[in-house]
Amino acid sequence: MQIYLPIAEVSVNAFLLLGLGGIVGILSGMFGVGGGFLMTPLLFFIGIPPAVAVATEANQIVASSFSGVLAHFRRKTVDLKMGTVLMLGGLVGAALGVFIFNYLKSLGQVDLLVKLCYVVFLGVVGGLMFIESWRAIRRSKANIVPTRKKHGWIHVLPFKTKFRVSGLYISVLPPLAVGVVVGILAAIMGVGGGFIMVPAMIYLLGMPTKVVVGTSLFQIIFVTAFTTMLHATTNYTVDIALAVLLLVGGVIGAQIGTRIGVKMKAEQLRILLALMVLAVCGKLAFDLLVQPSELYSLGAGGHE
Amino acid sequence: MIRALIMMLCLAAPAAAEEVVLGLSRDSVAITATFDGDDILVFGAVKREDMIPSDSNLEVIITVSGPDQPVTVRRKDQRLGIWVNTEAVEVDAAPSFYAVATTSPMANVLSDVEDLRHHITIPRAIRSVGATVDDTASFTQALIRIRAGQQLYQTLEGQVSLEEDTLFSTAIELPANLTEGDYSTRIFLTRDGAVIDVYETKIDVAKVGLERWLYNLAHENAFLYGLMSLFIAIVAGWGASAIFQAFRR
Repeated sequence: MQIYLPIAEVSVNAFLLLGLGGIVGILSGMFGVGGGFLMTPLLFFIGIPPAVAVATEANQIVASSFSGVLAHFRRKTVDLKMGTVLMLGGLVGAALGVFIFNYLKSLGQVDLLVKLCYVVFLGVVGGLMFIESWRAIRRSKANIVPTRKKHGWIHVLPFKTKFRVSGLYISVLPPLAVGVVVGILAAIMGVGGGFIMVPAMIYLLGMPTKVVVGTSLFQIIFVTAFTTMLHATTNYTVDIALAVLLLVGGVIGAQIGTRIGVKMKAEQLRILLALMVLAVCGKLAFDLLVQPSELYSLGAGGHE
Repeated sequence: MIRALIMMLCLAAPAAAEEVVLGLSRDSVAITATFDGDDILVFGAVKREDMIPSDSNLEVIITVSGPDQPVTVRRKDQRLGIWVNTEAVEVDAAPSFYAVATTSPMANVLSDVEDLRHHITIPRAIRSVGATVDDTASFTQALIRIRAGQQLYQTLEGQVSLEEDTLFSTAIELPANLTEGDYSTRIFLTRDGAVIDVYETKIDVAKVGLERWLYNLAHENAFLYGLMSLFIAIVAGWGASAIFQAFRR
């Protein structure tokens, strides 16, 4: 069944969108990530204009994060104080991100920026995660207990405060900075930023793993909601029909994915996620490096 | 899809020797939620006072043209190993959709001079003035090539059927990715490459119903639309969580 999307102004198959939402939902349920980093490139691929894909995906992430964070609230695994600090940074970052996005759109370089961001961040995160989980698997075989270092450069910064749920006493500056960076990426890449936020919280801030996902989801809701509003009011690129179709597939897929995820080992899950992230990264890098079949592209003219 | 032909003949006011009388299968296209392209049947008759001239062939050209829009055409080039948009050409006005159908190959139907005057073929229908790059032509060619690939620009030589030098008809296929606006439809009668009569009308292409409402809301009440999107997202997220929570019990 073909559906004409009112904002994207293209006609796409509704079942294709439901299916895409479902598959990405399964993956996000399995791995505990938003799935934006997979969905946005897939939307480019089926012919949704990049600006609409990025803005609409932000709206969809609001839904999936909200659904996820409710479960974490029940388990009391959300650090509200840390989440609020990250969120404040995130809002500033999102505003900066939309500003950069609009500026580069006028230069015709927005596609390049989005793709470069994907290649760099997916490459770095995927690579680190792969190495880390590979070691974890070897360790679990060799039965060596990892040692965690307690103090680092983060502990010498000013404005220290207590984050009780996380059991941390650190400066507010690093979480603020993490928030800003992830906010910028959320606006530019149309992702929640969970795939960067989660490793940053574990390895940079030293938060306990059990509160990381819930706290990350909590702040992602606000940052993506803010991004959605910014895109909706400045670019008019949020397509509600597209969002609804992706949502329906996504929330069903996420629940199925969660069940699959429970049956697998954490290290195996992480190595699979790392491989998937690297695959998406490789595909995008390949497209940038190999001569495209069509050298020309069309953009809306006039003074935007 | 194609409705029955209704011939509307017998009009007054004889002016030219040969004149177009036109019908359209429809004069408006509604973009609904399930819009998936549409066929428009353009048909008509040639009205004449005198005998059919036998010294030359009568030919018919039909064009359907979407609203003109400025377009930026960008070219990629390799910089530091990656392919980056470098040069750009601003095309002042290019129709968002353009189809030209004829009775015979273009060269037999239309002279260059007449093409220049009436902007009939696709390259002539595109206007670009502000050229800052040397080979502007390759940019306009790229524009035509890309849009032709999306079925937005169509050259349908020999697709107009002409019977008894009087009744003509053609079907124009409108793709799903249409822009809104007035689609001007022109019919040219030519002999020896010279245009002897022109008839113009328009087809109104517009979003209707829910599509119209959402589009207007998004543009005129962007803040409210954004809030509505968020509200739907929150409700869907909460709903999914609640439903699956109920399943678990």
